[in-house]
Amino acid sequence: EWSLCVCVCVCGPGVRGLSSSSGPRVCIVGGGPAGFYTAQQLLKNTAVDIYERLPVPFGLVRFGVAPDHPEVKNVINTFTQTGQHERCSFHGNVNVGKDVTIDELRQAYHAVVLSYGAEGNRSMGIPGEGLPGVFSAKDFVGWYNGLPSNKELHPDLSFETAVILGQGNVALDVARILLAPVEMLKETDITQNALEALAGSKVRRVLIVGRRGPLQIACTIKELREMVNLPNTRADMLPADFEGIAEALKDLPRPRKRLTELMMKAVKEGGDDKAEKCWGFRFFRSPVEVLAGADGKRATGIRLALNKLEGSGESARAEVTGQLEDVDCGLIISSIGYKSIPIDPAVPFDPRRAIVPNEMGRVQDTAGLYCSGWVKRGPTGVIATTMNDSFDTARVLIQDMEAGKLDLSVNKPGAQAITALLQTRGVRAVLFSQWEKINAAEEKRGKSLGKAREKLLDVDEMLKIAWS
Amino acid sequence: MSACALRVFLQRAAHQTFSQTRALPQCVSGSYTHSRAINTLTHSLRAEEKVTVHFLNRDGKRISVKALTGESLLDIVVNNDLDIDGFGACEGTLACSTCHLIFEEAVFKKLGPISDEEMDMLDLAYGLTDTSRLGCQVCLRKDLDGMILRVPDVISDARVDSEKESSTAPPKV
Repeated sequence: EWSLCVCVCVCGPGVRGLSSSSGPRVCIVGGGPAGFYTAQQLLKNTAVDIYERLPVPFGLVRFGVAPDHPEVKNVINTFTQTGQHERCSFHGNVNVGKDVTIDELRQAYHAVVLSYGAEGNRSMGIPGEGLPGVFSAKDFVGWYNGLPSNKELHPDLSFETAVILGQGNVALDVARILLAPVEMLKETDITQNALEALAGSKVRRVLIVGRRGPLQIACTIKELREMVNLPNTRADMLPADFEGIAEALKDLPRPRKRLTELMMKAVKEGGDDKAEKCWGFRFFRSPVEVLAGADGKRATGIRLALNKLEGSGESARAEVTGQLEDVDCGLIISSIGYKSIPIDPAVPFDPRRAIVPNEMGRVQDTAGLYCSGWVKRGPTGVIATTMNDSFDTARVLIQDMEAGKLDLSVNKPGAQAITALLQTRGVRAVLFSQWEKINAAEEKRGKSLGKAREKLLDVDEMLKIAWS
Repeated sequence: MSACALRVFLQRAAHQTFSQTRALPQCVSGSYTHSRAINTLTHSLRAEEKVTVHFLNRDGKRISVKALTGESLLDIVVNNDLDIDGFGACEGTLACSTCHLIFEEAVFKKLGPISDEEMDMLDLAYGLTDTSRLGCQVCLRKDLDGMILRVPDVISDARVDSEKESSTAPPKV
């Protein structure tokens, strides 16, 4: 039987449990929702350490969820409890794959869980995609949400028309943030520089473009309703895109039916004619080229190929017709999916699906290595989807422990060894209590600006406060 | 009006007025992990009526609790620390569907109307039925004494190919 021995060590912060028989030790790579939910379940049976590249935790809950959706971020409360749990140890500012390898983690722990999500994005793969004025939604969202690597994005918002490729909830978030009145945003945790850029924005028209038709749209009704209800905006749809849709309504399952009905209502009613701003879906269109102006220096438009639909329902396919359409625009945002990248050559990776190949969370051909969240299943789903998935992986891991598939008879040093290793490499972790200093600083800065928080954009600034 | 019904009413009013922001005032959003202030309010305003509610958990086990009229079904799960994994992730702010519960048909018919905002989130629930509701929007009443609530299964890796989503909900981020 394992006795869990918690020794308080005076050697300094970050070194815990020097006893050699201290029970099963698991570490998680990635401090976002997948990491925290996996930790939450594992903590019932084992000590858990979470390694996160940034000094700050919470991943896409902090950097992805829109600033005007604060209630979605309530999950941070439960993550905070997990982070403060006596058997859980958060180590921010540690870049797994660079500062420490997966093999080194596997030597220090009985099991390692990969929960590092999807930090890349799918590219459109079209000429002109690299021109100024073209952004991935991942970067644009990262910009208004204060992701340090996007702080220099400086999107030019001086053009009237913006085109978003993709029609999922991320696309709608971007459209909504582009068109929302500043009053709606100024008390949120949107970054101050994004708020100021949006206050001076000349963008008045946002088109949200999808390859297929209204019945295949990937967004959900709550986000659509928010677009329909946006003040001082009207919907600008093409009735031709909706041919045959009314007839198909009666056979749809309720969620798809309500979503489609709301869209049809927007087509019919349009909205306030006096509205200064407008937005609309454009269906059956795929991007084929970003067009540059005469000087070739930046994007001034996008060329779209018109499609027709083969088949119906979720599995309908877009087929080319040969027709093209050019749309003048100065801001192009591709919102066609996030994408995971390989973290370490020692970890199997499926480049086609851009996930770590696994069977119910057990990484293929690699005992003691597991995965949860987007890196396991692909980058779709809401926080609750990731929650359930993380619980699944945790359950499988515990099962494996109880079935003797992980050799728990070997003592593993855990964070003690990793911290020492990192020290020799000049890397120092940010502990959860130190993140809480960053948190307090951000809330204080926000207060003076009348906002929920003012995020720190600079990693060095975060570290200075964390270690002060 | 019971404190729970008041809270639900205010949530809906807030949704209609601020439907873009959905940010609720602290007194009604009730952050369970941080403060019990909302429950203190609930306790002082409620009618002193105890009612029995049975939860049929995912593992088939029945959990019976005595609760007070006016409490929401999410309140009951949280206050009694019931062992239901991942229940009420957004803490009752209509930003998720993890408090999804399935009612007996006769009981379902007795419940109040479903707002658009609740329906919008309910539509995303895995295993949606005709007698489904979100627990955070249903307040306990005397005439619901003895009702049995089924906690639905959630999407599990073993059951669903990650390339396919539930047929009742579109893929979403």
